[in-house]
Amino acid sequence: MINWLANPARFMRLSAKAVPWCSWTAVLVLAVGLFWSLMVAPPDYQQGDTVRIMYVHVPAAWMALSVYLFVAVASAVALVWRHPLAEVAARAAAPIGAAFTFVCLATGSLWGRPMWGTWWVWDARLTSVLILFFLYLGYIALANAFDDPSRGGRAAAVLALVGVVNLPIIKFSVDWWNTLHQPASVMRIGGPRIDISMLAPLLIMALGFTLLFAVLLMVRMRTALNERRAMALRLNAGAIPAPRPGREPVVSANTVVP
Amino acid sequence: MTRKQQRLGLLALGMAALGGATVLVLSAFNDNLVFFYSPSELKATAVAADRRVRIGGLVEANSLSRGADARSFSFRITDGADDVAVLYQGLLPDLFREGQGAVAEGKLRPDGIFAASSVLAKHDENYMPREVVDALKKSGHWQEGGAAGMAQKK
Repeated sequence: MINWLANPARFMRLSAKAVPWCSWTAVLVLAVGLFWSLMVAPPDYQQGDTVRIMYVHVPAAWMALSVYLFVAVASAVALVWRHPLAEVAARAAAPIGAAFTFVCLATGSLWGRPMWGTWWVWDARLTSVLILFFLYLGYIALANAFDDPSRGGRAAAVLALVGVVNLPIIKFSVDWWNTLHQPASVMRIGGPRIDISMLAPLLIMALGFTLLFAVLLMVRMRTALNERRAMALRLNAGAIPAPRPGREPVVSANTVVP
Repeated sequence: MTRKQQRLGLLALGMAALGGATVLVLSAFNDNLVFFYSPSELKATAVAADRRVRIGGLVEANSLSRGADARSFSFRITDGADDVAVLYQGLLPDLFREGQGAVAEGKLRPDGIFAASSVLAKHDENYMPREVVDALKKSGHWQEGGAAGMAQKK
């Protein structure tokens, strides 16, 4: 299955068909989800309308974690099996995951001010999610820090795998330690502690965020593969000198620009 | 052993070592990672008088009283087993009320009263519309959400 999908040419063919379908589904699901959660869903008995921030905050947090897991798994596949698409997928996913993490932190802060009485506290949940954000930024920086892209990819893949220990810490921080952040409401032993009238739009929003991630990931991967192909074509045609690691491309003084 | 298997083994070994190290570090720092102490933990651990600490728990029912200037408050924070009297001057967050979770930051005075410089409200994990709460209350199945959430942990 992985072998079959890992063929870049096959991925280009399949994703060309999948991108428009996924895009329209994502737009539709997000439109329904936003209308439902912002207009239809009832206000909370304690928080009133402030609860509506939750419909963006919680799916963004789920995506922040699951995209990181995706980056880590793709990095492991790239390190061990050297599949050509795995590293492309990991690199393409990281900035999307960083954006979801930022949305999670920002909306959480906006919610915390009126509800808790503070924008930010250094409790275990908030701090571990901030570390996740820095892990994403570190991954992106490291992947692009080398002149030789494959070396950067390998170093970044190791960082992504080291960062995996942070995921269970984020998930269980609210159970292991006293935190200001509330415990899990949906994915908990004993069933959700959230009324169905609020759980339904929340799950729709989560589905919309997942589709949005799939679309952005495919578009970014396609761009990266096209870029590689363009570079290879230019190299074959001899139009520009091959960029060598650690050196600027040398342009001869005799080159006449038409 | 092929090179793929070697790399896979190395990766598994590395992850296992990393996971083990993390578990050890976290269990060693366990006491320092809490955001707040519960009242009984505060009494069990000797805290220096001038050290700033946070205490958290439920605001005890019928314990909140307002001072003459409407900006000073006194209330008791409880974890079911023990409780601490808190004095606070300032604004209280929207969610703050009796029976709900709260976290106070400040110093424990020698007379056992906690002088708070800031008070945060703690939200519980329950989300529901007002009508559902009314229906639950009517049928007698209602438990004050914060009480259920925080009492279970202790």
